[in-house]
Amino acid sequence: MTKLETSLLNLLKEDCRIPLEKMAVMTGARIEEVADAITDMEKRRIILRYSPMINWDLTDRERVEAMIEVRVTPQRDMGFDAVAKRIYRFDEVKSVYLMSGSYDLLVLVEARTLKDLAMFVASKLSTLETVTGTATSFVLKRYKEEGVVFDGDESDHRLVISP
Amino acid sequence: MNYDRYINPAIAAVPPSGIRRFFDMASTMKDAISLGVGEPDFKTPYHIRNAAINSIVDGETQYTANRGLPELRKEISIYLSGRFCTDYRPEDQILVTIGASEAIDIALRALLSPGDEVLVPEPSYVSYAPGVIFAGGTPVGVPTREEHSFRLQPEDLEACITPRTKLLILPYPNNPTGGIMEKQDLEAIAPVIRKHQLIVISDEIYAELVYDGHRHVSVAAVDDLYPYVVTINGFSKAFAMTGWRVGYICGAPELIAVMNKIHQYSIMCAPRQGQVAAYEALKTGRENGYEDVERMRESYDQRRRLMVSAFRGMGLSCFEPYGAFYVFPSIVSTGLSSEEFCGRLLKEKNVAAVPGNAFGACGEGFIRCCYATAIDKLNIALDRIAEFVRENT
Repeated sequence: MTKLETSLLNLLKEDCRIPLEKMAVMTGARIEEVADAITDMEKRRIILRYSPMINWDLTDRERVEAMIEVRVTPQRDMGFDAVAKRIYRFDEVKSVYLMSGSYDLLVLVEARTLKDLAMFVASKLSTLETVTGTATSFVLKRYKEEGVVFDGDESDHRLVISP
Repeated sequence: MNYDRYINPAIAAVPPSGIRRFFDMASTMKDAISLGVGEPDFKTPYHIRNAAINSIVDGETQYTANRGLPELRKEISIYLSGRFCTDYRPEDQILVTIGASEAIDIALRALLSPGDEVLVPEPSYVSYAPGVIFAGGTPVGVPTREEHSFRLQPEDLEACITPRTKLLILPYPNNPTGGIMEKQDLEAIAPVIRKHQLIVISDEIYAELVYDGHRHVSVAAVDDLYPYVVTINGFSKAFAMTGWRVGYICGAPELIAVMNKIHQYSIMCAPRQGQVAAYEALKTGRENGYEDVERMRESYDQRRRLMVSAFRGMGLSCFEPYGAFYVFPSIVSTGLSSEEFCGRLLKEKNVAAVPGNAFGACGEGFIRCCYATAIDKLNIALDRIAEFVRENT
């Protein structure tokens, strides 16, 4: 990673709508250099997409989330990758991580209702032949995600003018 | 009851800070975007806050040594030597103070006798000249100019020296201009300092906030100037710790001992939890390559470039500031005085900036804009200033 690439990623992580010209000014690079660096990082799949961070709790969309600890039997030659792939292909699955510790995969699942989510675990996840056990925990409240605090008071306490 | 005859006339004669009036005005404006702040927009990194929390929970509620916690002074010594090549012994050359402000105050009180003159480069931080007067001295402004990037010039310094001149305050990186003094600039004024045997009070509170490949150079590390210099620094700007009020002053043991006399009688010691937090800031910084400082500096630098480019885009002359977190554009082309400009900008566009003349007469024609504010707000403020400049040129 070059210094420019790191700076651009830090800027985009905060706000991916900053115009190219502004990013160029802020990093001290030329606009073409910034554009090329970003395109290059997209090609290398360092940047995968530009999406907003949404606080769904403030919308009227019904939504249940759970974190599921999954124990699996790794497959010969494929390790955990094959079963992870079987799991992440379900639309309900938002994230899958291979973990160290007492279970193997951590699966973040989202569904419309509690019942839908329970049905997903019972009929889709648990029935995979390599899955040997699951433990589901429902998300009750979201405090902070990707460095963004959802419910805190982050207001500016500074004096308006100070020497 | 009329208290006039009780009040010290020397203090009564000092005018209130020119910033005060703008503060009062800006405080009444709803939703004004303020570029008038003088502190970081970051909160103190959480591991530093947490160290202070643990200290309170553990019942560390007592006085500390007058000069500050020994482990903190040791870290300060390592920090200054590693970052700025200045060597100060923790035992007798470092005194922990209530912010850099107390350090300035006790340095002036320890060194000045009535009538002594103190050279204060202008524009600069508003407290130096009043501090000199409170200590019985006479401040003498030394002008610095945009064409020299607001660096102190030896001939300007020389021109202000009289037989009563005793001290030079060296406020770099500079508030409000963002100007810095590089090694060759310090070497250029060194002969004047030696010739007139001046003691230099070097306020280096913004030392970590220097950009674009430049590095802060401590005047104490230049040539043979070390014995002439007392160095002041602190945690407010570099570690986003303004409210903690922890700074320090370093210099010859004989000088620090006199300052400590004032400090121990009037202050006793800097608050313990602030010192614990400061210790955590330096210790962790030393271990992780000053990660927090570097992160904040990069963010300031991005915003600094944005501001300079925007002001130049408006057709205003704006010298490139390599230090602190201020830009100091000239507003002369609008035909307005800096107070008119800021007053109307606040009323008409709801953006607060500080008129340059608040920092000394030669700040007239400039405004100080702090870029330690969220980028989206900076962008809105810059759009509004551009609109205001268009309407007034």
